[in-house]
Amino acid sequence: MRAHRLALALSFAAWPALAEDALPRHQLPASPNGNLVVGLCDGETSIEIKGVKPGDPMTREQGQQIADTLMQEWRRKHPGAEWVVAAADPPPNAPAANASAENQFQTYGAFTERDQQIWKESTDRLVAEGKRIFHDAKALGGTNAVSCDMCHPDASNTHPETYPKFQVQLGRVALLRDMINWCIENPVRGKPFADDDPRLKALEAYILAQRKGIALDYGKH
Amino acid sequence: MVQKSIETKHYEERASFFDDLTRMGRLSRRGFLHIAGVSAGIAAAKGLIVPQSFQLIEIAQAAEATAPPFTIAYVSDTHLYTRNVNDRFIRSAVKAVEDVNALDPQPDFVLFGGDLAQLGRREELDLGAQILKDIKAPVQMMVGEHDWFLDLGEHWQSLFGPPQYSFDHKGVHFVTLMSVHEKDFWTARGMTPEERMQTVAGLDNGIQSRFEVGPDGRQWLANDLAKVDSKTPIVIFSHSPLYKYYRNWNFWTEDADEVQAILSKFDTVSVIHGHTHQLLLNRIGNISFYGLLSTAWPWPYAPEGLPKLTVQMNRADPFNAFDGCGDGQLNVLASGMIDKVYNLWNRNPVTVQASYLSSSGAKDRPLATTLSSY
Repeated sequence: MRAHRLALALSFAAWPALAEDALPRHQLPASPNGNLVVGLCDGETSIEIKGVKPGDPMTREQGQQIADTLMQEWRRKHPGAEWVVAAADPPPNAPAANASAENQFQTYGAFTERDQQIWKESTDRLVAEGKRIFHDAKALGGTNAVSCDMCHPDASNTHPETYPKFQVQLGRVALLRDMINWCIENPVRGKPFADDDPRLKALEAYILAQRKGIALDYGKH
Repeated sequence: MVQKSIETKHYEERASFFDDLTRMGRLSRRGFLHIAGVSAGIAAAKGLIVPQSFQLIEIAQAAEATAPPFTIAYVSDTHLYTRNVNDRFIRSAVKAVEDVNALDPQPDFVLFGGDLAQLGRREELDLGAQILKDIKAPVQMMVGEHDWFLDLGEHWQSLFGPPQYSFDHKGVHFVTLMSVHEKDFWTARGMTPEERMQTVAGLDNGIQSRFEVGPDGRQWLANDLAKVDSKTPIVIFSHSPLYKYYRNWNFWTEDADEVQAILSKFDTVSVIHGHTHQLLLNRIGNISFYGLLSTAWPWPYAPEGLPKLTVQMNRADPFNAFDGCGDGQLNVLASGMIDKVYNLWNRNPVTVQASYLSSSGAKDRPLATTLSSY
């Protein structure tokens, strides 16, 4: 079973794309005998495993043999090449956003514009959820129809960049979330959120997003 | 008699109070009782409930006086919900009414600066009308967007009459403008009246239109002022600021330039506006602008567009529900210009003298804040 997982890992380039967009795809040739075909993560090389059908269990030794055979085949195609360097090359048709000759390069930073778009949309979704809660007395769990935006339009005067700081009125050092919860308890007359409450996280995301570009200045009064 | 401003009196009273406290440290119990008795006697003589100065002053009559000076008190932006929803704003409104009724001498009239209700509901407006009925002096009403956009002014007008009117008082021509019209943003979006009201009630949404007096209102204003002499002092009551401060929050009047042009022929013009919930000062041409405090909550200063002449009020203490809120007075001078008193609850009152704005900030600058906006 472990070896089977290994084979799947080797053919990751052939995994179905996460979305329906045309991502680079390693099309594995079908075996005329219905045997398992395993692809290498270079997106090109593949071998047929004789006597093994897709889904059959394999031993660790079999898995190792498949990996070795794939690597051997790759070395035959690229005589004298270093695997480590070659593996770092971006896959065809997916140029790295920051891949220029001047950059130090590593796989970790090799994200595409599409990656960045997905990350931005995910982040903005959290910020938008925070904005919704910020403007909605019911979502805040308030009992007197007061919402955050009534005193803090566009999250103004929330100054998240000044926390942590000694909050004189509380007599202790406070974080932004302490003040969010203070406002929820007092002017909003609701119950404070638990530290891992998704609403608290969303509110923090929205408030911080409104102060993009402002220098952090913890302890400021 | 030496004339002292309300501010000076307040500081003097405070200084003498603390002097007494300092001396008390060295006093016997008998001495303490003596001082306590004296100060209580003073408070009683002044009819004060709390040791804070709400005393009006007599304004010195200028030599070239054309009319007697007088005082107007104001209460603004109460944003009332019904009692079962939120009683805090109700308590604030009642507090302001008590402040005004404690004034001695009484003001000639009281201006209500708009936004009586929070969501324009019949019950909210009725509650507000009931609270304002307790005011002893006559009340002049102004409408705000929170009163208007549920039923487009139907119930407000049934309670208080037309939102736009003018009158003369002791040589000054007063005009109350309806300045919170908005171009129709709701029909195309298929909004219900409640959705329309909720949208207008939010400051930081880009959906609603900007405030305007509108062509009809401007025509009405021009006609009203046509028969008024240019030497007559003019005081305009308007809910929106009648200038362009910060568009994103609708601290803004779209046709402000046209309205200012209509007012430009007069020597002395003061605009008193609600909506912005902060100590706000501006001077454009011949016009001095004064924002009113809210009784419900203070707004932060906008991130840009703040008029240069504005002396910021101290940042509001979030731990004090009344801080940054308040009411105040307009002391109309013999010249028809206005000394504006910001009666900030739990803080020292701030008096803005007419000369500060008319000298474009060269004279009589009010005290600066120690905590300006972030």
